[in-house]
Amino acid sequence: MNFQLSEEQQMLVDMARQFAAQQVAPGAEHRDQTGTFPSDLIAPLAEQGFLGMLVPEADGGSDMGYVNYALALAEIAQACASTAVTMAVNNLTASAVATFASAELRAEVLPDLCSGAGGQVGAFALSEPHCGSDAAALRTKAERDGDDYIINGAKQWITNGSYASWVLVMARTGEGTRGISAFLVPGDAAGLIVGPEERKMGLKGSNTVPLTLENVRVNQRYRVGDEGIGFRIAMDALDGGRIGIGSQALGIGRAALVEAARYMEERKAFGQPLNRHQALQFMIADIGTDLEATRLLMLKAASLRDQGEPMTQAASMCKVYASEACCRAVDSALQIHGGYGYVQDYAIERLYRDARVTRIYEGTSEIQRVVISRNVLKGS
Amino acid sequence: MDFRLNEEQQMFKDTCASLADNTLAPNAGAWDQGHVYPADAVKTMAEMGLMGIAIPESEGGTGADNLTYAIIMEEISRGCASCGVIMSVNNSLYCDPVHRYARPEQRATWLAPYASGEKLGAFALTEPGNGSDAAAMRTTAELDGDEYILNGTKAWITNAYEADAFIVFATTDRSAGHRGVSAFLVDKDAAGFSLGKKEDKLGIRASSTSQLFFENCRVPAANLLGELGEGFKVAMSTLDGGRIGVAAQALGIAEAAYRAARDYSLERKTFGKPIAEHQAVAFKLADMATRIEVARLLTHQAAQLKDAKANYGKLSAMAKLAAAETAMWVTTQAIQVFGGNGYVTEYPVERHFRDAKITEIYEGTSEVQRIVIARAVLQEALR
Repeated sequence: MNFQLSEEQQMLVDMARQFAAQQVAPGAEHRDQTGTFPSDLIAPLAEQGFLGMLVPEADGGSDMGYVNYALALAEIAQACASTAVTMAVNNLTASAVATFASAELRAEVLPDLCSGAGGQVGAFALSEPHCGSDAAALRTKAERDGDDYIINGAKQWITNGSYASWVLVMARTGEGTRGISAFLVPGDAAGLIVGPEERKMGLKGSNTVPLTLENVRVNQRYRVGDEGIGFRIAMDALDGGRIGIGSQALGIGRAALVEAARYMEERKAFGQPLNRHQALQFMIADIGTDLEATRLLMLKAASLRDQGEPMTQAASMCKVYASEACCRAVDSALQIHGGYGYVQDYAIERLYRDARVTRIYEGTSEIQRVVISRNVLKGS
Repeated sequence: MDFRLNEEQQMFKDTCASLADNTLAPNAGAWDQGHVYPADAVKTMAEMGLMGIAIPESEGGTGADNLTYAIIMEEISRGCASCGVIMSVNNSLYCDPVHRYARPEQRATWLAPYASGEKLGAFALTEPGNGSDAAAMRTTAELDGDEYILNGTKAWITNAYEADAFIVFATTDRSAGHRGVSAFLVDKDAAGFSLGKKEDKLGIRASSTSQLFFENCRVPAANLLGELGEGFKVAMSTLDGGRIGVAAQALGIAEAAYRAARDYSLERKTFGKPIAEHQAVAFKLADMATRIEVARLLTHQAAQLKDAKANYGKLSAMAKLAAAETAMWVTTQAIQVFGGNGYVTEYPVERHFRDAKITEIYEGTSEVQRIVIARAVLQEALR
């Protein structure tokens, strides 16, 4: 057992932190206020190798593995949660393609996803208007027509949807969970209709849209893996994705901690800086402990994933704990700011809004608890 | 970064798990009810090399690392939390500081027999008037020829009735504040030393706890542990490590309560199905498992950093805080899963609940941990 980062990992963290501070943090407030997608950061993220961290070098990726991915993503999220989720969904999509697609398809798609070609990124389309966490209930259909599939259906909450070079679409080719297949649909495919942007509470710099597929025709070579393995691809991607959300939550939580610590140093009450008041010190102690716990859960899930070990339970524990710890952290940090925390002059107001979704997407907290309880009861 | 146990750690874990399951857990209820010191179990633990686990073999110990200590501490406490604390005090609070501070000529007498578990040690820092605030010490030590004369009272001393020796902290120079505190090795038979009545405790009732009285108690000057005035440093550095022991103890208590609740939830039926299949219960189990995993990672991290000689003060405080609060929370939830059966002594969870409470108090209360953590976290956040 060894909890220390290697020299290389520490170097990556330092590099990511510097990149985030210099390039990502400065525009975070503007992106939030104006709902601007971080198009200008796609190329710089690609230059750092941050768009294809889970893709082999032969396929155009930087192949740094999940531990490094989680560490880097947390640094980006600390600077801007919207940019982090944009990066996370691209990595998640690229990783699924790298794991399950044919060599031919990998060669066609992954260089785009890893380089952010044309300022565009990957998107992952599983949820539908009527089903989210209950993914097996999806209705989008892919029907065989000669060498092609014709896809029809509606997808909901699609991150990066308006800026997608490729969309990984889960669609039904048969009945049940074994009747789901995965397809790569080009972002400019005829019949792929991008709906209006969601007016979200937070992550306003990220792009979230509904997608409608109307007789979208894709050649069968764009099917990822065999017919019927789409559910497996989705579940595997979500296991990895949950590490990403854990990491994003850690970054947001850390940002809240720094904001609170700064405010406590400046602001005085009853003749003392806030950081001399024990009630507030104790909030900081709890945030710090929660974030350290989150970091360890994240690193453990990532490390298991890198070793090819089962990690579904570890990923769920990471995701549920990280997101809830993050929400506790932003809540306490906002409380420490008093009235100033409630207005947009201070970053904590944005962090508070950004945090909330981490308990919902990539499987709600409740879904994580279903996964964990099933696992622990099975193991007894 | 690697979360796997090595072969030796796994072997110790398995051996201690078997002792916990076969010997400790079946008797822990009776020891608790009768306030019985588990002398045979302590002897077995000594034979297994658990009483001085991290002390080098050349000094009578087992020579394992601190991570192994955390692992065995969890397993033993899962079987019997009292056995856990008896072991923890000897390992963390007695052998560890003696190993670090004893002079060569002191080691054969004061370390080897304790590290092997032949004798039992205790640690006397807290007083009736001060606990976590160790600098407010009132016990005094005055030099008289080649002896120190100790006067004062120590409180809440674990293993008091069974200990053969005590590390006693006393002030040799009150004007110097905490820099005037020194540590002494005191034999249980020292003239002027006596025990108070056994405390009647809420939990960990198979371990003894009492006051110690020093009335012109004469201790050879050769029994000074560390340098004169170094006592505060001895105490504080010991507590950093001691917190790992208590964190691991809390983990063991939490794990025992969680497993009991999990097994019960699969047997007990309501509305035609096992209560484990009701989401309200299943989600409790999910949260118990997650919080225990968190506490375990924090505890193992602190222990491993201690082994790596890295800074671990903040991390051991985090581990202790998280593990203790997890133990309290998990045991509370476990009773709820058991319903009425959780409230009676036929089932073990009420004992786990009582045992858990002390982990939020001794080796620095949760509040003291938060003071330590807040200071470090605020500094790091502004770096």
